[in-house]
Amino acid sequence: MTTTAIASIVIFALLFLIVLVVISIYNALVRLRNQVDNAWSQIDVQLKRRHDLIPNLVETARGYMKHERETFEAITKARSAAMGARTVSEAGQAEGQLADALSKFMLVVENYPDLKANQNFLALQEELTGTENKIAFARQNYNDQVLFYNNRTQMFPSSVVAGMFAFTKRDFFEVETAAEREAPKVSFA
Amino acid sequence: MWELIQANKRDSVLLMVLMALVLLTLGVVIGLAVVGPQGGLIGVGIAVAVWLLLTLISFSSGDQILLAASGARPVTHEVHPQLFNVVEEMKIAAGLPAMPKIYIINDPAPNAFATGRSPKSASIAVTAGLLGRLNRDELQGVVAHEMSHILHRDILYVTLAGVMLGGVVLISQIFFRGMFRGSLGFNRRYSSDSRGGGQAQLVIAVVAVLAAILAPLMARLLYFALSRRREYLADAGAARLTRYPEGLASALEKIATDPAPQLAAANDATAPLYIVNPFKKRGKMDLSAWTSTHPPIAERIHILRSMSQGASYKDYAQAFAAVSRSRNPVPLAAITKEQVAIRQAQAEPTRQEKTQKQARQIGDIMRKVNGFRFLTCACGLKIKVPPDFKAPAVECPRCRRTLPLATAASGPA
Repeated sequence: MTTTAIASIVIFALLFLIVLVVISIYNALVRLRNQVDNAWSQIDVQLKRRHDLIPNLVETARGYMKHERETFEAITKARSAAMGARTVSEAGQAEGQLADALSKFMLVVENYPDLKANQNFLALQEELTGTENKIAFARQNYNDQVLFYNNRTQMFPSSVVAGMFAFTKRDFFEVETAAEREAPKVSFA
Repeated sequence: MWELIQANKRDSVLLMVLMALVLLTLGVVIGLAVVGPQGGLIGVGIAVAVWLLLTLISFSSGDQILLAASGARPVTHEVHPQLFNVVEEMKIAAGLPAMPKIYIINDPAPNAFATGRSPKSASIAVTAGLLGRLNRDELQGVVAHEMSHILHRDILYVTLAGVMLGGVVLISQIFFRGMFRGSLGFNRRYSSDSRGGGQAQLVIAVVAVLAAILAPLMARLLYFALSRRREYLADAGAARLTRYPEGLASALEKIATDPAPQLAAANDATAPLYIVNPFKKRGKMDLSAWTSTHPPIAERIHILRSMSQGASYKDYAQAFAAVSRSRNPVPLAAITKEQVAIRQAQAEPTRQEKTQKQARQIGDIMRKVNGFRFLTCACGLKIKVPPDFKAPAVECPRCRRTLPLATAASGPA
């Protein structure tokens, strides 16, 4: 009687311990997955900020750059394409084109010393550099979080829990175009 | 990353416990020496009370005290947009839950520090000299170093440990003053009480004096050893966040060779916070290897520049092993398998500007912090209007044009 009682207590204690461990691993996985989702939404926030910045930039620069209509058109078109994108792949492509157009614009600016001396434009240029960097760092952070999450879902004790509750592997955010691989080289005097 | 934070937290708690033990030992020995056999408990009581009080103060408002003591002033986005952008970039790269509060210290010596309770309530302070001298990549490196302190949870523990050190020094100083004045009845009552007890009392008194001399030294060594390791770790973190170790390396080089006089508002309690030791060579202190709060700056630069393979913690640990013979600061648990490529420079290599122009920039930043308004006249002259200038318009001293002062652009109250 007493031995069976002890045995059952031990078994219950062990089961209880296992349940505790599973719960803590489950919670850690949820935390990591939320961080991945949050990092993804950060990228969106920064892309929106880039869209908001462009009309101002174009307005300020247009007065100085009379002969660059094509450059402005490319930027405006890429912006509306990016804003109207429905799917993730569409958005990725459009954002890639927008980044290309902006980096081309920044190269052309070098030919307009008056524009480069304009205080408003300098402030906008800093905002644009900041936004491009924020997009790049948001992406970097997303990939970091995906790495931590994927590592956890594949390593031993937590991989069992991940399998039980369908924590699937996430994909890294790969850059789309060659130009996207490098943030536009913006120089500021 | 999570593992690194855990290892760092463990070390910090260990430091706090060791500090508390030093404080308690000091309390017991001094209590025994001053009051007698029953004085041990009193000493413990006082030591615990002092420890609790100091911990409470530093938890509730330690960051505000440190910021005020350093002369740091909160600034708005308009004062220095680039600083705000760079801090936000690093906040995003580090995945912090909230934007740190930003402060500027009006001092031409380039330096920076971070403080606060947690990543949710952190502050970053940089000097005007730093903003004037560094280019964007370098500023990013420095901000990333401070962001790593926040991310690694260094900020709270440095504050707490600093307060603990202050407590140990305070108690031993009170003991010495009491002893020399004889007002605490030290060693007199007992020599007349009994002959046998007098001998033991003398031994305890000698031990107490030794403890009072050694305890602050021990506490300082413990504090400094850990704070140096944290500097290396924050450098590693900065390289990983920016993916560009050269930015921080070049910033450290500029800070080390800067001609400006040393930071005016730095003291012993705040010195370990800064990215680079704010005290320049003071001549008499030559125990630098033992008591310095910061690793030698040339070594830090050399390690960062040796990171040719990538920008991960593992790459930093490898570079560290190749350069320095001290114990590797990166805990093995932090080293996860990851490929972290180094990116290209974004800012122009180095602005070879004249020191005069840099000094003017630093002056402008300091004026903005002080609430000056800036007007650019049509003739190209930049007019700096002090905050207490109340007239509605100002006349340009070069071309005699009258410029209206926009009321919206007024500085902080």
